[in-house]
Amino acid sequence: MKAAQVIMETGNQAAALAVKYARVDVVPGYPITPQTSIMEAIAAMVERGELHARFIPVEGEHSAMAAAVAASAAGARVFTATSANGLLYMHEVLHMAAGGRLPVVMVNVNRGIFAPWTLWADHQDSFSQRDTGWMQFHCSSNQEVFNTILQAYRVAEQINIPIMVNYDGFAVSHCLMPLTLPPQEDIDRFLPPYEPEWRLDPAHPSSFSNVTNAPEYAPFRQMLSEDILAAIPLVKQAAREYQEITGMWDGDTIDTYRLEDAEVVAFAINSMAAELRLTIDTLRDQGIKAGLLRPRLVVPFPAEDIIAALPPNAQVMVLDRNYNFGHPGGILAAELKSALFGRRNDITVKNRVMGIGGLDLSHRFMAAEILAMMEDNA
Amino acid sequence: MATSIKNLPDNEQVLSGNGACGGCPATMALRMVGKALGPNAIMLLTPSCSVASMGMTPKLGYNWPCINVCFATAGSSASGITHALEIMQEKGRLKGELPTVFCWVGDGGTYDIGFQALSAAAERNDNMIFFCYNNEAYSNTGVQRSGATPRGSFTTTTPRGKRQPKKNMALLMLEHHIPYVATATVAYPGDLYDKVVKAKSIEGLKYIEILAPCYLGWQFDMPETVQMSRMAVRCGAWLLWEAENGKITFNNPTSAIISGKKAPEPVNDYLFKQGRFKRLLQGPDADERIAEIQGDIDREIAFMRERAKIVI
Amino acid sequence: MKSVTKAYRPISWPMKGAGGDTGSWRTHRPVINMETCSKCQICWVYCPEAVIDRYEMTIDYRYCKGCGVCALECPTGAISMQKEE
Repeated sequence: MKAAQVIMETGNQAAALAVKYARVDVVPGYPITPQTSIMEAIAAMVERGELHARFIPVEGEHSAMAAAVAASAAGARVFTATSANGLLYMHEVLHMAAGGRLPVVMVNVNRGIFAPWTLWADHQDSFSQRDTGWMQFHCSSNQEVFNTILQAYRVAEQINIPIMVNYDGFAVSHCLMPLTLPPQEDIDRFLPPYEPEWRLDPAHPSSFSNVTNAPEYAPFRQMLSEDILAAIPLVKQAAREYQEITGMWDGDTIDTYRLEDAEVVAFAINSMAAELRLTIDTLRDQGIKAGLLRPRLVVPFPAEDIIAALPPNAQVMVLDRNYNFGHPGGILAAELKSALFGRRNDITVKNRVMGIGGLDLSHRFMAAEILAMMEDNA
Repeated sequence: MATSIKNLPDNEQVLSGNGACGGCPATMALRMVGKALGPNAIMLLTPSCSVASMGMTPKLGYNWPCINVCFATAGSSASGITHALEIMQEKGRLKGELPTVFCWVGDGGTYDIGFQALSAAAERNDNMIFFCYNNEAYSNTGVQRSGATPRGSFTTTTPRGKRQPKKNMALLMLEHHIPYVATATVAYPGDLYDKVVKAKSIEGLKYIEILAPCYLGWQFDMPETVQMSRMAVRCGAWLLWEAENGKITFNNPTSAIISGKKAPEPVNDYLFKQGRFKRLLQGPDADERIAEIQGDIDREIAFMRERAKIVI
Repeated sequence: MKSVTKAYRPISWPMKGAGGDTGSWRTHRPVINMETCSKCQICWVYCPEAVIDRYEMTIDYRYCKGCGVCALECPTGAISMQKEE
């Protein structure tokens, strides 16, 4: 049996390596900071023959997603990646991928959106695509990026729903961290080849995209809504089996840290949740029973798992890196409150928006914010 | 000589009883395309009349696997499919002859919203046939102006007649250095058939544009689809040509016009037959406006004649 | 991976009459006079609906929309458009 290999790599390299390990067939790509180095790495792997795939250098993100969706409909396993305005430019084609039930997997390297231009991370880009019918993972480390892309293919192809794997620009995309690469045979065992039961095939001519009357249209939209929720057990199963095969675990729908007896719970996603572990330790040292709950899966929102994990009477401090325009605060808090309403009346939810446009989120800053939120009874 | 009618194959990829209007030139052209391509093909469509014609779920009026894609994406979507098929064949997951990947797109999806993706697919020279069936307007939505609408034409968004000439789209495609570009129209089915057969045998991106006179948009009588198509060619408003690896040749009867053997018919008869030019032709400046349109046609003929001489 | 979901896409299959029984759209029906028909197949090639049998010279009236292109293009005038009852 081959042993795992440990290297130092950036988050974007981890994503590109996951694409190679997933034996992806087609990768349409277009550059955008901070995603670009994924496409560069994949183009190089294809050129060198390390990845037997087609790289299509398209002329924009709208076309990148269009080519990905169409290649998927032809029966290929596909990948693409983008950030910020590139993701927004894809918007209508994201809907087509979901409505077409095509298991495209895409990385979105989170970046704040125009205007004005910013290059640095926040989560407005991915949250603005929340209602496209895509599932969304949000990752906190390079290793999790690698692991999640492989798990995403498995789940997407089981339930025919596209999946977006998100992580922060620069903090993850460009930072070197240790990366464990399992043997390819192990990944092949975890992720067998894609076997679509429908594809564009002249031997069986058909179409899924004709104009459709409401009595047929409505049930298919309902089915998409139900199937996204039905993906939750598949996400858990994928995380578990991935752990059995590779020994690695990033949580399933959620990830927790010192949560069991916590009275104050930090609730956040992406790289800030990794930093928050230091915050939790600091607060614990000060005698505050603090813990962390990080949703790894954001769409579908893992409401049941969060409800089950939150300790009694906890004060939950939601640290949002996005705005919920038209409401005070952020979208993650709104999602959480909607999940808890009528189910956990013992829980208090407080919310602050921070880290917009790449504002620094040090563990000290976030500790101070949480302490201030504890004082804030407005 | 173009393939004679009696030598065209029997197969029908366009099935009877589809949703197209009576006398639809797009459906008429697609039938000929189907005869040339056969069943082993994958069809991409963007929002257009042919999507309205193809039937509603769960009925499909075309005998191919079909995919409707987002309006701007015919070129890039076809790139995705063609690369997917090729890599799946390389990896041994697809056996036999690969299907022909073709886009069937209106002039809006070609000249306007789809131009970027088409241009990029052509620049990459991805393997597909891109058909533009050109009815010179957004006909499916009730006849609005497009980049293919000729000068002087009434549409619902040019109520006093369009002021600008149309693009020469086929020539723009030729300048992408793709291996095959052709124009065709429904009155000359053998010519269209031959061009599709040729395109099918060539690797890379092939662009074929088919003039499709639409009785609703152009406002002539329903049975006159083929007549309008023929008149367009005879007056030089539509030129029949093809270019293999950049070398332009003209097809009958356009070749006689280009060589000067036969003068193009005056544009007047062509214009007067169509309601879409009626407002223009009844106005006080009618002579001037007709002269403008004739000028556009004369310029295109002169330009294409000279362009064809460049064979480097 | 293999899918665990079923019947999740609105699939359409090729069939005649995808637009309904389009013959009901007709106001006039083309009728071929076999005595003057030269079997040149011009009507067949221009028919947008593929409802003319090129060998038997019969018309599938279930789907013929009655556009009249065949009658206008027929070089011998063998096709007449007759008002539907």
